[in-house]
Amino acid sequence: MMSKIVRTQASFLYTFILIFGFYIVAHGHLTPGGGFQGGAVIATGIALIAVAFNFSNVKRWIKKTHLTAAEGIGLLTFLITALIGIGTSFFYNWLANSGLIFGQRVSYGVNPGYLNTAGTLPVMNLAVGIEVFGGLGVIILYMLNYVKEVRNDAS
Amino acid sequence: MIWDTLMAHSPALVIIIPLLAAFGTPLIGRAGKKYMYTWILCALALTELMTIVMLYHVFTNGTAIYVMGANPYNLAIPPDSHGIPVRIILTVDAFSSFMAFTASTVALAGGIYSIACEHEQTGQEKYYALLLLMLVGMLGMVLTGDLFNFFVFLEINSLASAALVAYHVDKGVATEAGFKYAIISAIGALMFLFAIGILYGEYDALNMAMIGSRMQFTNLDKIAMALITVTMAMKAGAIPMHYWVPDGYGKAPGAISAMLVTASQASLYGLFRMSFTVFGISANHVTLGWFIIILGVLSMFVGVTMALIQHDIKRLMAYHAISQTGYMLLGVGVGLATLGTAAFNQYGLAAMEGGIFHIINHAMYKGLLFLTAGAIIYRVGTSDLNKMGGLGHTMKYTSIFFIIGALSIAGIPPFNGFASKLMIYESVYQFQPVLSIIAMIVSILTLASFVKVFHSAFMGPKIHNVKEVPRSMLIGMAILTFFIILFGLFPNIALHYLVKPAAEALASPMGYLSRVLGGGP
Repeated sequence: MMSKIVRTQASFLYTFILIFGFYIVAHGHLTPGGGFQGGAVIATGIALIAVAFNFSNVKRWIKKTHLTAAEGIGLLTFLITALIGIGTSFFYNWLANSGLIFGQRVSYGVNPGYLNTAGTLPVMNLAVGIEVFGGLGVIILYMLNYVKEVRNDAS
Repeated sequence: MIWDTLMAHSPALVIIIPLLAAFGTPLIGRAGKKYMYTWILCALALTELMTIVMLYHVFTNGTAIYVMGANPYNLAIPPDSHGIPVRIILTVDAFSSFMAFTASTVALAGGIYSIACEHEQTGQEKYYALLLLMLVGMLGMVLTGDLFNFFVFLEINSLASAALVAYHVDKGVATEAGFKYAIISAIGALMFLFAIGILYGEYDALNMAMIGSRMQFTNLDKIAMALITVTMAMKAGAIPMHYWVPDGYGKAPGAISAMLVTASQASLYGLFRMSFTVFGISANHVTLGWFIIILGVLSMFVGVTMALIQHDIKRLMAYHAISQTGYMLLGVGVGLATLGTAAFNQYGLAAMEGGIFHIINHAMYKGLLFLTAGAIIYRVGTSDLNKMGGLGHTMKYTSIFFIIGALSIAGIPPFNGFASKLMIYESVYQFQPVLSIIAMIVSILTLASFVKVFHSAFMGPKIHNVKEVPRSMLIGMAILTFFIILFGLFPNIALHYLVKPAAEALASPMGYLSRVLGGGP
């Protein structure tokens, strides 16, 4: 467990890291970044919490089973999104220009970037974001298994 | 109507089904082991079924293409792309579907076998998820027509295999083997990626057909060709790059060893596909062909001589796997060396058919042998041949399966090894008699080696008080035995429906190129 200053900072920054991660995931089809990068940013939030707080507490707060479930659900969402298009072909972008969610039509030419476009791409970004968050989170937790608690008065 | 749609989408479905099943396995595994086993078996059986549908589709309608995300599904070159295939294209010719059939059959047998064999292990949902991912890697490698996509599936295959090799931790020995495999694969994949980068920089395309048609064979291309050839030969376990094979095959669980054989063969597919289709139009066939022949002869001879001195049953079989890979390299190498000359129709094509036939035969009998070795280890608990003996008294079916596999690998009629080896001997003899004689000597040494194994494992007085292995393991072995006997007794079936179309498809790269670049639906 780190000092009180670090812990306060971590609890404060944690929300911002999550928001930034979700921002990168959600704008994957418009700006640099995407599901993988955003998911990795979100997973750094877990790393921050795990470093700042006592590891045994972190293990209680964040369960490995939940993270692996997130991994599976993300991957399945990705694949099923691709699979729905199989009436035409696998990975067919069935949402684009459909008028539904992420289905807004965009005219040719320069535009400021509309979030509600690009069809299945944002859905897949979201799925990959969930998957990478789960996968990297599990990796971080497994690595922390080998962390030893050092007490301040040990020396 | 439904049948036509199914056939048209079969190349994609072959990859989708195991992929979906793999990602679903950890979730289904929470509901209970029984549901998970049913899920796995359904997925594997469905994959096998789809592979057969695809096989039929390719056999009747010729090379099939499937463009990911295109409308319609076979629109390889969109009208506004200036003649460049922009999407990921699965290009399935007879050779691809042949390899896919081999891989999914062995995976089906391995999956059924694993249910009893890995029954007491922990982390089973991860094991089966990785097993399915490994299958996805193999199928993707053999079906894709895109270089970068090939690299991605190569990585999926390597990572899943490396994790599975380490599955029985075995006091860290298996972990070391898995780690070694992961490192070797990573180095190979990096070299392959570098080669892709060279080709992409030169030809502005990643599609194999596009690169093949634009191929100029400059010095840069020669570097790329060397990198790809070495990488694929390394992953296939040809001799100067074979050092991961004994560890990897030897320490993996039984079913995984059997599947590693087909994983290596997927790399072999990559080697042949690159040398014939991508570089084939303009490359110097004779040099490349002889290079592959020399790799093959070295693998055959060194592999079998190394196998003779082993006393660990799975290590011994691993060295034999190296040696048998040599036959495939020899057969197809002779085909490549004579490509485009009059000799090709005389004996080159026959040599290629022999080499390709040997791929499926090897997958079946070597798979069977690894499964029997797994069964012995499952019951006796050791892989040391000196500590076995007298297992034939109680493990009757396993010993029968072992005899069939051993006779088949040694090329004794009426089993399938004989059929393909005879084709290789006959055709290679016309090319260069010495090579054929070496191949025969290797075959004799193989027989000697397996006689030794059979004697020390199954004959002699009863030492171990063991039972026969559970039924699901026997079923797994029986599936492979069925194909061994079928292809041994009626090689014409395999030759007509599987091998001849595959060899002809591989030998005529122009057909492959024009199918992709020929335009729309």
